[in-house]
Amino acid sequence: MSLGQVTSATLKKDLRLEWRSKDAINTMIFFALLVVVIFSFAFDPTAEESRRIAGGLIWVGFLFAAVVALNQTWARELRNQALDAFRVSPAPANALFIAKAAGNFIFVMVLEAVMAPLFIVFYNLRSVGPSYQLAIVAVLATWALVVNGTFFAAMSIRTRSREVMLPLILFPVSIPALLAMVQATTGILTGDFSPQFWVALLAVYDVVFTTVCLLLFETVLHAE
Amino acid sequence: MKSTFYILAILALGLLSLGLYQGLVAAPTELTMGNVQRIFYYHVPSAWTAFLLFFVNFLASIMYLVRRNPRTDALAVTTAEVGVVFCTVVLVTGPLWAKPVWGIWWTWDARLTSTLVLWLIYVSYLILRRYASGGQTPVLAAALAIFGFVDVPIVYLSIRFFRTQHPQPVIGGGENSGLDPAMWKALLINWAAFLLFGFLLCWIRYRLERLRQTFEETRALESLLESDVRSAR
Repeated sequence: MSLGQVTSATLKKDLRLEWRSKDAINTMIFFALLVVVIFSFAFDPTAEESRRIAGGLIWVGFLFAAVVALNQTWARELRNQALDAFRVSPAPANALFIAKAAGNFIFVMVLEAVMAPLFIVFYNLRSVGPSYQLAIVAVLATWALVVNGTFFAAMSIRTRSREVMLPLILFPVSIPALLAMVQATTGILTGDFSPQFWVALLAVYDVVFTTVCLLLFETVLHAE
Repeated sequence: MKSTFYILAILALGLLSLGLYQGLVAAPTELTMGNVQRIFYYHVPSAWTAFLLFFVNFLASIMYLVRRNPRTDALAVTTAEVGVVFCTVVLVTGPLWAKPVWGIWWTWDARLTSTLVLWLIYVSYLILRRYASGGQTPVLAAALAIFGFVDVPIVYLSIRFFRTQHPQPVIGGGENSGLDPAMWKALLINWAAFLLFGFLLCWIRYRLERLRQTFEETRALESLLESDVRSAR
């Protein structure tokens, strides 16, 4: 089977599993909702000030929620030794990685689509800059989180303290991406500065780390 | 081997004492900052040594993935650990200097933040090494090391654009930059001393790691042999 076939078969299987169980989506949405509510106690969520801090709140919330889904990515494959079966099969390793990353991308995008209206309502948001740019930022930022997240989840699943390990290794490397997505969003929401540099930085981050992931995934998958 | 180590250790001790003298006594007092500036002779050499060690860690990690030689893995873990130690020195001496000069312990400026993020990345690397199990540790760690190193320029670029307060590069900076020759001397002696000291630390740690690797290999072999003997019976 070719790379494309394995990718689409794995992706379809994951989407079907998620469609029937809704494990990842439900936990992510509820988690993000909790973050929204808890943040509202930490900061004053009203009026002008909220627009300035909203970019940070939104992305930190999504980052935390995404970790919940990312942790489940590979756990599913451990049951019945599905991952071991994949390892001995001649299917290209990167097909599995692309399918998993694409699946996580879809889950987190759905989460964002559901949560964005809630953020707008709870924090009384109104974009000063052109709001269609937020969609571009969302796509680039989500890929930045899930591409490394999927990869690091494949590493953390091999360690002794699986679930705890993922944020510990994912967050430090993700700091520039997080800064870029927060700044781009804040720039658009407040209209104070141009988000151009930050969007470009996110695009660079995406390209660089997608390349690194694809180069190293086979090595990590076959690590013994 | 052992005598070389002791000779180098004595040399390092001498250089460190000379560096201490040069930095605290011989180098002229800085005009505006006064004696506080002397921490510079420890801060900058530690930073350079740490960055060099992280670079070696990156090279060793790539080498490990290509060749799978346990020696390069031992080198990677050694340089990461010693690098984190030197990076910690940088992060501790920085605020000590900043409080009297800037009036604040810490500021979220480009180089401070980048160094802190660098420190976080390599601490996460060491945590991963600690918690990964068995033979896959070196591969996972090497992959993370490559991610971390690739991340460094992006971190620096992003935070530099974000905000900057750290003094402009004194060496090779702008027109008014540059050091008094006596300050140069103190700085370079201290750097040589720190490099040698770091090298010696790496040496001991590397030896320890190699011993650990040999021990684990032997133990694995022994248990294999035992099970062979048992099945033969």
